[in-house]
Amino acid sequence: MGLRRIFMLVTMLATVIVTILGLSQSAKAQSPTYGVGRTPTADEIHAWDISISPTGKELPQGHGTAKQGAQVFVMRGCGACHGVSGSGGPAPTLIKSDGKTKSQFPCLTPCVNDSNVMALHSPYAVTMWDYIRRAMPLNSEGTLKPDEVYALTAFLLYKNGVIKEDEVMDAASLPKVKMPNQDGAGMPPEWKHGTPRLQGYP
Amino acid sequence: MDPKKSGRRGFLKESAALVGAVGAAMGVAPSIAGETPAMDDMSSKEPKELIAYGERSHFVTSTRIPVAERMSPDDFGMTFHVLTPLQDSVGIITPSSLHYIATHRGSYVPDIDPQEHKLMIHGMVDRPLIFTMDDLKRLPSVSRTHFIECIGNRARPSHKTVQQTHGMTSCSEWTGVLLSLLLKEAGVQQGASWVVAEGAETVKGATTVPLAKAMDDCMVCYGQNGEPVRPQQGYPLRLLVPGFEGIHNIKYLRRIKVVDQYYMTYNDYGHIAADPKVAALGTQLGPKSIITFPSGGQKLLGPGFYEITGLAWSGGGAIRSVEVSTDGGQTWKAAEFRSPSYPMAHARFGFNWKWDGKECLLMSRCTDELGTVQPTRADVAKYWNKPIDNNSQITGADNTVFPWRITSDGSVLNGLA
Repeated sequence: MGLRRIFMLVTMLATVIVTILGLSQSAKAQSPTYGVGRTPTADEIHAWDISISPTGKELPQGHGTAKQGAQVFVMRGCGACHGVSGSGGPAPTLIKSDGKTKSQFPCLTPCVNDSNVMALHSPYAVTMWDYIRRAMPLNSEGTLKPDEVYALTAFLLYKNGVIKEDEVMDAASLPKVKMPNQDGAGMPPEWKHGTPRLQGYP
Repeated sequence: MDPKKSGRRGFLKESAALVGAVGAAMGVAPSIAGETPAMDDMSSKEPKELIAYGERSHFVTSTRIPVAERMSPDDFGMTFHVLTPLQDSVGIITPSSLHYIATHRGSYVPDIDPQEHKLMIHGMVDRPLIFTMDDLKRLPSVSRTHFIECIGNRARPSHKTVQQTHGMTSCSEWTGVLLSLLLKEAGVQQGASWVVAEGAETVKGATTVPLAKAMDDCMVCYGQNGEPVRPQQGYPLRLLVPGFEGIHNIKYLRRIKVVDQYYMTYNDYGHIAADPKVAALGTQLGPKSIITFPSGGQKLLGPGFYEITGLAWSGGGAIRSVEVSTDGGQTWKAAEFRSPSYPMAHARFGFNWKWDGKECLLMSRCTDELGTVQPTRADVAKYWNKPIDNNSQITGADNTVFPWRITSDGSVLNGLA
């Protein structure tokens, strides 16, 4: 056996070993260890995934205006908990009051009164859309149609002076709403294991 | 009269007589004062029921109370914030039935059939997965002792008891599966940086957690203190984010979405602050301690020996040391651990003390394994360049040193008042 042939054999063998190692490594990184649980169907993911990011990329089709929202607010009985005028009820204040009507409840964490009206405090309008869709009306959540959610969001934004009455809210316009508190969300520093929560804090 | 009960009472009497006879035979004179009263128990339950599931003595009356500001249940039947009776606590585990409660802006405790409950992991993963409760119990489990504390756990001068000043922290042994295990099963994709966790209750409470934390020590828990998680704590499944403020510990966990940005859910938005420093103070909780005996509303019986005892915890890791001051913070002496000190868990400390009967101010402060020392209100005021004011709310989470005032008659009062 010539040197050249031995060299070729060694090279081939090395290639095979590297390939096997590489395969097993990528297999280790990519395949599940336990294989417990099942794959959800696309429909299941679609039905469960109600998260809306600040970019609004998950917003569904639909649209609504403040005028339509005022009707939905009445039709769906929102005032029963939030107050007919959107404040003064036992549920969170939705429309900043005239300042004379004081909420009967204190500022729990997070607040439910004038100091923390969602349209004024949330840095993103889509957070309002997300919460109305996921949580309201209480105990009947999930029953509002996208158009109704857009309309309610538009209504609350308009009543708090954020948008004009005739502005149409949809998947394109809602993420672009300039919110009064859009610069109010400071991000915490990147979290790292074994690091104090804030360097320099006593 | 209940014939069953009278039968048992008769048996107890005979037993007592027998013990007395044995005592007499051994030369010990039975006396009224020395006898253990063998009263029938006062439980409304039948002995058969109590054999199946025990209950505490009717002499033990410690209970939770709703926060003064908002009743639970309210007019709608919703639960808000409910406080743990820390003044009666011993050791480091909070009984599940006395664990503090805080719900996502008030909600109903859902009645979830564990056979129906599922957890979905999806988003930026190679393999979206759905786990049933049975699936989760097939996977390798971990049991860890961790506290949960609400960011609303703030002492005010008007508070009378430690239940009011500090009752929104509790500690349990949690059992479940590491979230990192589930995320690895699903295969987290490049570029992912956060996870959104969501509950199955009426308002579908959700929160955003850094992926680094999710992969570090977060747990998906089905067990609490040796039994299934209680409904008020998230039955059948809750997320545990050890050391982070309470609202991250999503109850009734049904979904985890792996994402590449902060999602600003309703619960997240409630805690935002323009200043990133304030945001940092509201995420991982700092070292905190409180004396639970003697504490507000209790009374010292007179000068002499007492063990000062309390709890210390930190979101930054295990508690390394605790000190106690009996002179209002002028001098500090080392307290002893009376329990193990686990990471992100309550640790029980004790301090042997002889009270001279004079008015004094008791306080504790702790240091965690990162070397962070629990600050005083003065330290915090200095950091923010604000005047010291016992009535003002501490910026970020409040982990400041808290004083109890002992008056010369042995009464214990809020030292901030």
